[in-house]
Amino acid sequence: MKPFTTHSGIAAPLLRINIDTDAIIPSREMRRVSKRGLSEGLFAGWRYLYEDDKKLGANPDFILNKPEYAGASILLAGDNFGCGSSREHAVWALAEYGFRAVIAPAFGSIFYNNAVRNGLLPVELSEQSITALAEYSTRAPATNHVNISLENTTVSSNAGDEFHFDIEPLHKEMLLQGLDAIDMTLKHLDEIEEFQNRDKTSRSWAYL
Amino acid sequence: MPKTLFEKIWNDHLIAELDDGACLLHVDRVFLHERTGGIALSSMEAEQRQVRNPGHVFCTMDHIIDTFPGRGDATMAPGGRQFITSARQATRRAGITLFDVNDPRQGISHVISAELGVTLPGLTVVCPDSHTCTLGALGALAWGIGSSECEHALTTETLRLVKPKQMAVRLQGGLAAGVTAKDVILHLTGKYSASGGSGCAIEFCGEGTRRLPVEARMTLCNMAVEFSAFTGIIAPDDETLKYISGRPYAPEGGEWDKAVEYWRRLHTDAGAKYDKELHLDLAEIEPTVTWGTSPQHAIGISGMIPDPDKESNKGTRQAMQRAMDYMGLTAGTAINTIPIDAAFIGSCTNSRLSDLRDAARILKGNKITRRIKAICVPGSSRIKREAEQEGIDRIFTEAGFEWRESGCSMCFYAGGEGFAERERIISSTNRNFEGRQGQGARSHLASPATVAASALTGFITDARNMAIQQ
Repeated sequence: MKPFTTHSGIAAPLLRINIDTDAIIPSREMRRVSKRGLSEGLFAGWRYLYEDDKKLGANPDFILNKPEYAGASILLAGDNFGCGSSREHAVWALAEYGFRAVIAPAFGSIFYNNAVRNGLLPVELSEQSITALAEYSTRAPATNHVNISLENTTVSSNAGDEFHFDIEPLHKEMLLQGLDAIDMTLKHLDEIEEFQNRDKTSRSWAYL
Repeated sequence: MPKTLFEKIWNDHLIAELDDGACLLHVDRVFLHERTGGIALSSMEAEQRQVRNPGHVFCTMDHIIDTFPGRGDATMAPGGRQFITSARQATRRAGITLFDVNDPRQGISHVISAELGVTLPGLTVVCPDSHTCTLGALGALAWGIGSSECEHALTTETLRLVKPKQMAVRLQGGLAAGVTAKDVILHLTGKYSASGGSGCAIEFCGEGTRRLPVEARMTLCNMAVEFSAFTGIIAPDDETLKYISGRPYAPEGGEWDKAVEYWRRLHTDAGAKYDKELHLDLAEIEPTVTWGTSPQHAIGISGMIPDPDKESNKGTRQAMQRAMDYMGLTAGTAINTIPIDAAFIGSCTNSRLSDLRDAARILKGNKITRRIKAICVPGSSRIKREAEQEGIDRIFTEAGFEWRESGCSMCFYAGGEGFAERERIISSTNRNFEGRQGQGARSHLASPATVAASALTGFITDARNMAIQQ
């Protein structure tokens, strides 16, 4: 997994609440048994214009299609981002598109767990702080970059604003070092086996 | 110290508290489906990782397969056949039990996980599908995960978790006639918002919960994720044991007795503390329908589309306005006057035998409005057979419904099938998100009874009035 230490980039505001994973990537855009090739489908329902279910081309009104947000790598979003379906494709699509972080007041819990396992940093900030960052970015998207330091758990603007965010130590470590959770857990195989040996006696009915 | 139901199950699965603050929790069962199961297994193969205990892993075909009678591997889903064959091959290589396309046990994952006794009270159960919380209805700790965590669970039989906060939703009193568990969960989400249970393990409890039949409890827990909960759970009782007894993967004989002894202590002790408690008086709930594009856009059947201008929170107000534009509705319209183009009964929320019976009681001897499209997709192949033995299929088809094979179907474009742009659907499913049932399609979530009644009249209809007419 690609580690996340610090990042500075263009922040695109998509300040809608309850942006669900169906909106991030609709079912019909998940066409292959693969974690790749999904960025084309990112926000497909909003990003493209349609006629009778057929894509006509880019929707010029959608934020990511505006030239000043080309290359955006931070997404500013509304409350409960990534709610709904557990599809990790939502995270894969965001990461493949080039996003390194999503900043929202709160996240759907499955999305959050998926994000930290793929080097996409979910940052929880207050609605007020996000509004301030969005206003700052909107003034000059290409140059008004948003800066994130995971080590210091801060988000800052070049205008001098700085916001602190909270993140669980296990998620922070995993992201900072690009650790693989499976490798980390396999180090505890002895404890897992010990547990199972005990458990097979006390809850024998649970073992098929 | 008194403990909650959730804490008892959590503690009995806790292997270790790790240095980084994670709890390493034992996972008893993993359920897969063909959309993400194949990806998880082939990704593990690429990393040269093995499924640690294939005997505790099951896979079904539900997310990609189509639901037309006489189906095979062909599906309209883009690239669909590859998902099906890849899941089939990968499960075979790993030695995992697969409920394949034409297996009599096939069905929607959470429906058959309960029906086959794969899920039992007190087990931890995960599946790369957010509606895994359905199975909390049996007193299991069951939750949805992504593909990476799924690979983790398959490889290690564990997951690393941060202990979620706990919430109790206490249901008081009893439901009025014609009101169902679906109406309760829609009402809850409407009242406290789609993030009202954010990250919490929610125990549905109280007299009103105990009075619900087991299948209705599954509907209730199913949409806990629409309330942004980590999961929903209900203490097992005599009804639960009756439901489980004799299921193919349930324990038997001495093991059954030992299990029952264990299950009897799976309840919240008097004096145990939750982080948060909500109370709902069931008698106040009427049939409930969504009008917008979030499950929190839910109102009683006698209500009107709300006015965004009266909403003080800016984000909520803008979302309401967007939803109204997308849905083609205006504030102040009575919900029970809105005409529909399609009716859908199915999904892990409402496709069990009791749901089909509810709808059939209303449809019996009646015909749907000619201009609408109406589809019923039973939750499992077994439910389909049982319904057919009762003649429920004929009630549906004589009324003008299509009667399909089991699968997730048009809940989300599964099988590559969706509704058309601007088509308005009354649907027994769980999500009314933009584009969920088709690009530009407009979904109204409701109970199977409301869907059936609306299919007959052609507009969103209170099923209780239909019963009176009959």
